[in-house]
Amino acid sequence: MFWDPDYETIDRSELERIQLERLQQTVRRVATRVPFYKQKLAEAGVTPDDIRSLNDLRRLPFTTNADLRDNYPNGLLAVDLDNVVRLHTSSGTTGKPKAIFFSAGDINRAADLIARCFIMTGVRKGDVFQNMMTYGLFTGALVMHYGAEKVGCLVIPAGPGNSERQLLLMRDFRTTVIHLTPSYALYFAGFLGKNGVDPKRDLALRRAFVGAEPHTEETRRKIQESLGIEVYNSYGLSEMNGPGVAFECIHKTGMHLWEDHYLMEIVDPQTGEPLPEGATGELVLTTLTREAMPLLRYRTRDVTSVIPGKCPCGRTHRRINRITGRTDDMLIVRGVNIYPQQIERVLMSMPSLGHNYLITLSGLDEMTVKVELAETAFDGSVEHLVQLQNQIVEKLRAEILVKPKVELVQSGTLPVSEGKAKRVVDQRVL
Amino acid sequence: MNAIRLVAVFAENKPGQTARVTRILADARVNIRWTTIANSGSFGVLKFLVDNCDLACQRLREKGLMVSTLRALAVEVPDIPGTLNAVAESLAAEQINLDNTSGFVANNKAILIIETHDLERAKAVLEQKGWRVLSEPELLNI
Ligand SMILES: [Zn+2]
Repeated sequence: MFWDPDYETIDRSELERIQLERLQQTVRRVATRVPFYKQKLAEAGVTPDDIRSLNDLRRLPFTTNADLRDNYPNGLLAVDLDNVVRLHTSSGTTGKPKAIFFSAGDINRAADLIARCFIMTGVRKGDVFQNMMTYGLFTGALVMHYGAEKVGCLVIPAGPGNSERQLLLMRDFRTTVIHLTPSYALYFAGFLGKNGVDPKRDLALRRAFVGAEPHTEETRRKIQESLGIEVYNSYGLSEMNGPGVAFECIHKTGMHLWEDHYLMEIVDPQTGEPLPEGATGELVLTTLTREAMPLLRYRTRDVTSVIPGKCPCGRTHRRINRITGRTDDMLIVRGVNIYPQQIERVLMSMPSLGHNYLITLSGLDEMTVKVELAETAFDGSVEHLVQLQNQIVEKLRAEILVKPKVELVQSGTLPVSEGKAKRVVDQRVL
Repeated sequence: MNAIRLVAVFAENKPGQTARVTRILADARVNIRWTTIANSGSFGVLKFLVDNCDLACQRLREKGLMVSTLRALAVEVPDIPGTLNAVAESLAAEQINLDNTSGFVANNKAILIIETHDLERAKAVLEQKGWRVLSEPELLNI
């Protein structure tokens, strides 16, 4: 079932026609209304009339995180402040915050995309949606809230934390859908266990939307098993209206990115050159329908790849892979860009391995991956361990295109991962 | 089935690892009757025949080591030239693969420790040839 069948299953050629039309409008608007872009476009030697096909997108300048901070508070506004109805900010750990403005139309469109996401995963009018994400200046909760109301859910704006109260609400109002961070989901599952609550027996939960933190397939599996529900991955960022930029359908094979509202590119984070379809690189997004604050080629610093092929659900919007890291984490080994999360993904897919690993770079570009053996995987045979080791080397080589050394270590001997664990030790003498 | 149990311990190939394992066994007053160490690059597997397999496994696990028990055959063979070859030939004739084999001589008895995936068939072949397959208590009492 679809929220907006015409647009969700639109022909690719028709979609591209709409994208070009909307891109042209966007460029024209920022060129006339946003001094920052007027100057940037002039520097790049591009006028709105030069955008004749989607291929011309690459002629446009990038917008970076720093540009948003430099233009704080309202340097990137494309409408009068009178026409702005909402302000969100995204505070970095350092420096000035980023201001994100919404017109009434922007909020309506963002909520509409969330409604697509909800319906896509099977949520319907009559579902009870407990929003366990932070409300306030952060975009994560409010945008979902508006989308859920559009669908006709009963929305409980619980916010995060206070697990006793979350449980009380869940029990009393028979909550069916929750939205939260993956780390809080794991914590909450533990909380239920400690309090003798069996979610399958005592609660009505059926689905969770998790986002705002990169996480692995393994984490999804853990949340699904511990809460007995279906977990869907959600991608978004404040700069792009918050969640709902891309979302999983019931097939859970990557997140459909709503290409009628966002134009996506995958670029080499170092050179900015667009990469061929399927390659892993930095996601770059251009807003196509935003009024208050359109952004051209925004460097998300999130690393992903486009999944080739069609999704059985019938949506024609392309899917992106789970975010595998931030461009800041990128390593360059023997001239190849590698993200630690690519390595993690390979290791986590192998049941014989534990959850901890350590990447060491040493000498002249030698990469060693130490990984813990799962308790159950040791059967006393050296031959089996050697086979496993070779299998890991092969899988890693296929993923990262560099052949690493792999060392199996005893489980429990590598530093335990807590949040952003230090997974990489660089001892290279270059 | 007269299989014996061997204790296998995973160890990283770095100084002190073997000593760490044997110290745990010594502290548990477990007697090691036979041992081999197989190394492969960064790691290795230590195997022991001990007088108290259960206690050994328990203590090693308590100390956080990865432990597994293996089943093997202990065969008493004549201590004369050509015996190992005769054993290998007779198993090969039945398409039985040997994973590991090692031997020792104690009290004028030659003992082969044979690890194979096909214990039952190997045992039948060996006994048919007239070699005696020892049980764990028999082996420990040599
Ligand atoms: Zn789909």
